[in-house]
Amino acid sequence: MADQSAPLLSMQGINKQFLGVPALRQAHFEVTRGEVHALIGQNGAGKSTLIKVLTGVYAKDSGRIEFDGREVAFPSPHAAQLAGLSTIYQEVNLVPFRSMAENVFLNREPKRFGFIDWGRMNREAAAILQRLDIDVDVTRPMYDYSIATQQMTALARALSTEAKLVIMDEPTSALAEQEVQTLFRVIRQLKSEGISVVFVSHRLDELYAVSDRVTVMRDGRTVEECPMSEISRFELVSRMLGRELAAELSHRRGDEDGALADRQPVLEAVDLHRGRALDGVSLSIRPGEIVGLAGLLGSGRSETARAIFGADPHDSGTITVEGTPLHLKSPRDAVEHKIGFASEDRKTDGIIPQLSVRENLTLALLPHLRRHGIVDRKRQAEIVDRFIKAIGIKCSSPDQPIRELSGGNQQKVILARWLCINPKLLILDEPTRGIDVGAKRDIQVLVRQLADEGLAVLLISSELEEIIADANRVVTLRDGRSVAELTGDQITEDALMHAMATGSAADDAGTDAGSPGSTA
Amino acid sequence: MTTTVTTPGRTTPGRRVRAGLLLQRQGALIALVILVVFGALRYGEKFATGFNLSSFTGDTAKYGLVALGMTFVIMTGGIDLSVGSVVALGGVVAIKVSDHGLLPGLLAGIAAGAAVGVLNGLLITKLKLPPFIVTLATLLAIRGLALTLAGTRAAVAAPGGFQKLGNWSLLGLPVAAWAMFLAFLVGAAALHYTPWGRQILAIGGNVDAAKLMGLPVVRTTFSVYVLSGALAGCAGVFLGSQNGSVDTAAGQGWELTAIAAVVVGGTLLTGGVGSVLSTLVGVLLLQLIFNLIVFENGKGVINISSFWESVIRGAFLLVVVLLQVRLVKRRSATGRPA
Amino acid sequence: MTPEAVGPLVAEPATGTATPVPRGARRVQWTVWAQRYGALATLVVLFVYNAIATPFFLTPQSLLFVLLRQAAPIAIVAVGMAIVIGTAGIDLSVGSVMAIAGQVGATLVLHDQPFLLAIVAALLVSAVCGLFNGTLVARFGVQPIIATLILFIAGRGIAQLITGGKLQTLADPDFQWIGLARPFGVPAQVIVAVVVAVVAWLIMRFTVFGRYVLAVGGNETASRLAGVPAARVKLLAYVTSGVLAGLVGLIAVSANSASDANNVGVGMELDAIAAVAVAGTPLTGGKVTVWGAVVGAVMLKLLQNTLIAHGITKEVAQMVEGAVIIAALWLQRHEA
Repeated sequence: MADQSAPLLSMQGINKQFLGVPALRQAHFEVTRGEVHALIGQNGAGKSTLIKVLTGVYAKDSGRIEFDGREVAFPSPHAAQLAGLSTIYQEVNLVPFRSMAENVFLNREPKRFGFIDWGRMNREAAAILQRLDIDVDVTRPMYDYSIATQQMTALARALSTEAKLVIMDEPTSALAEQEVQTLFRVIRQLKSEGISVVFVSHRLDELYAVSDRVTVMRDGRTVEECPMSEISRFELVSRMLGRELAAELSHRRGDEDGALADRQPVLEAVDLHRGRALDGVSLSIRPGEIVGLAGLLGSGRSETARAIFGADPHDSGTITVEGTPLHLKSPRDAVEHKIGFASEDRKTDGIIPQLSVRENLTLALLPHLRRHGIVDRKRQAEIVDRFIKAIGIKCSSPDQPIRELSGGNQQKVILARWLCINPKLLILDEPTRGIDVGAKRDIQVLVRQLADEGLAVLLISSELEEIIADANRVVTLRDGRSVAELTGDQITEDALMHAMATGSAADDAGTDAGSPGSTA
Repeated sequence: MTTTVTTPGRTTPGRRVRAGLLLQRQGALIALVILVVFGALRYGEKFATGFNLSSFTGDTAKYGLVALGMTFVIMTGGIDLSVGSVVALGGVVAIKVSDHGLLPGLLAGIAAGAAVGVLNGLLITKLKLPPFIVTLATLLAIRGLALTLAGTRAAVAAPGGFQKLGNWSLLGLPVAAWAMFLAFLVGAAALHYTPWGRQILAIGGNVDAAKLMGLPVVRTTFSVYVLSGALAGCAGVFLGSQNGSVDTAAGQGWELTAIAAVVVGGTLLTGGVGSVLSTLVGVLLLQLIFNLIVFENGKGVINISSFWESVIRGAFLLVVVLLQVRLVKRRSATGRPA
Repeated sequence: MTPEAVGPLVAEPATGTATPVPRGARRVQWTVWAQRYGALATLVVLFVYNAIATPFFLTPQSLLFVLLRQAAPIAIVAVGMAIVIGTAGIDLSVGSVMAIAGQVGATLVLHDQPFLLAIVAALLVSAVCGLFNGTLVARFGVQPIIATLILFIAGRGIAQLITGGKLQTLADPDFQWIGLARPFGVPAQVIVAVVVAVVAWLIMRFTVFGRYVLAVGGNETASRLAGVPAARVKLLAYVTSGVLAGLVGLIAVSANSASDANNVGVGMELDAIAAVAVAGTPLTGGKVTVWGAVVGAVMLKLLQNTLIAHGITKEVAQMVEGAVIIAALWLQRHEA
């Protein structure tokens, strides 16, 4: 065993280039034994590359990695795993059709006479999950379980490998608040057992809640490394951005609220029901208003958006657009009625990767660019040029495939796709998720400005700060039901969390950690 | 405010999915049993005699071996269209080599098939080319090779040893049938009780996860194509020995028959879910339909032309596919994993 | 009501740290070129070689009546296949649909129906076949390989059932125009192929349907959420493929002066897919090159003829074809 006082992991002078473009430049990273280490940076700062170089997904160009007292260069993730380095990725990486126990033990199945010992495998899997306070049937296939349970399974897998270091790449992005608390409890438990944890997250609150030390990366370099308690949020963010953070977004809603209330709603949904996902959602959105839709994961936020947009059918309830009751059967109907919807998963639900910026941008507008079925290419080009300039989409030309753009620019193209149909209502589901701070600010400013010009916006976000900063009014959902509505100055973090957790808008905010669910 | 954190999904639909899977698997089995009973009642002794059983299983064995290999390939999320041509190649090679003895002929046929599997596997795993097109290309190329070896005419085995292989029988069943049943039993055990089998299903279920879990994805994927090739080569050996020759059209279209059998057996074409023994049921079922048509015509009451065979097979496939679609829809209704 | 863009938008320049992924090195450029023009370049090389080495190659007889006449049916089916592949699908049933259409047309003509009725009926039946495939794929979400496999298996049986598998010989010059006529000294099927290719190219390039095919093939969920009628687009793609296959079925029957349900269109799906694949259309969808499908069909045919002309057997030529497809794939691999 190596010297216990030396760092568990030390990466020094790491360089990595892709096609001549440097992704890591002399990056360094150190993790001591039994600590929780936060790794942060904007998108493209080099966090993921650093982790992938460490875990053997990529080979480094130069530099030195020491793990547990030995110099290492893992040829594959498997080799890293064998050495005691487990990674839990952002997208839960499990095999949906296989049982929970199999997912924990795949490739390390307990065997008897060379054959898999199913009984022992199931017993051991159950025991490990019990250690995480999860009491479930491990023989059921993975797809039977919630995302949170799947994440815990991934963690159980890491624990069963006797990991010395567990890397968690944005583990909380799909979790609800209570689930995050369970995860934190497990992290603290790991720490007490002497296991180190590297924690990657964009949510500052979480970083402060659980981390001992932090490493900040920017442009492929390590720009800061210090104990978490010695750096303020403001310093942290300005380190990440490499510039002093611009003044907070101005809150412009107070002065106009009175005027907004009198306008006829663009859209009014009353008592929407769909299976168990929606259980009575009512909301209205007026021109010039940004309505925030808040709620925990699984409370029916995205489902509400999809129902309003006609992407999913609803069983009962009415949707009224500008005073006319409508039955939107498909997104196509919604588009006809000038409703736009930027869904939360840009990659699977938003962009058409191979197609150019131009085609992506005008996709929803095509029916209107058509004359006898032929696309009016001149008008198409005009509109595309105008939006690229107006929104500041950075691309080499409108013909560039959208997959080559950064996440923030892709999101801008998606926004432009909807803006060019001249919408009355824009539904934005997590519009700033996974994009860097600069582009995020651009989009927030743009949305505010569009609302001021009269657009109605339904904004869904898991980030309370975003809702608080942007929304004129907030509808809170809980278990598929709209339970509270907050306006103007009522919109505070405490009030929102209280509404999301208890279903009432009382100001007595109870932020109980919630007991870890061991409800089988 | 104790909220359930780790709710085990939505229980009822989950259970329903599993019920659906079971029903689907047993659906093929139930249909098989019904058809056997129907055949026995309607055609009486003639249907049930040892001769029919022997010729039926001997005949089916070749398709069974090909379908078994295909099952493993499909479970990884791949496909092997080249098997029909490999059957021809295996048969031709076996006949050519059998001049030097039965065993060398048998082994050479299997080895030739495995060699094609190696080629497919290398192109798919090393060059990372899509299986559908790679095996489409080898389908063309290997048929060309088989025909060239045979001198563009049927390859005929010398009378004697090699043909005996096709005629030998044990306890009333031909050796080919024993080979098929043995292969399926070993295959089923390997799938369930070895890490290799689990890896196949994991790769088909989520290849990225399998990679990140450190599974030997390349090696395992490679191995299923080699296996598929070897089994198809073996089927070719039996074909040659049973008929005493391999004609120029031998094995043509077998890839689709095999795929149909695998699908009828309930293996999802997208990979990740499947059962070896269900494929056996699927093969028996599809061949039995053909067998019954022959009997029906033999009875002479009505005359179903053999052209109906393909129509009925197609209709059967349609029903099974629609059932699978329902199943998959239910699964996605149980929750969209992010 | 044509929507114009919103009025004054945010004028402020974006501050995002967006960096377009650098389009890289020369090697990538080379493979992109090879992928796009590889089939064409091969065709040109083969053409020049034959022009020098093969006697009478540069005669209308050899070019029009051997090469192009043979390649035309494959090219037509390949065009339909390319569109289906563009939607991230595949159509294995084309050979069977050819057989059905040929049988329907021939049977009607032999029963003294007007030739136009026979042609229209044959094409309608092909459209129904395409509709069947399309419905399974678009409405029921069946994987395209399997959905079209059903008709592949059952279709030939259906075609055989129409006449009990018997060969029907034809002698109706009107009906057989498409396979036998030579307006302006050019085989009618070559003219038909050119027309089909040009129309398909125009549609893919200039119409909304063309954009929709690419969008659906590139990302179906996203397309649907952007208001694209994805199911209808896919349905239409399969119907197009079916009708074009039916058309080629009529050509085959006319040219042979006989309808043979057992042999018409056998292996056509492979030829068509190969033609599409060698021309650099990725089988994963989202891209359609109509001219590529045509070039691919002619190139593969010329390759085959060249090899056979040099005493290489058809079987070895088949092996070479397999190798060519693999090579084309290997080039494509560099994209994405």
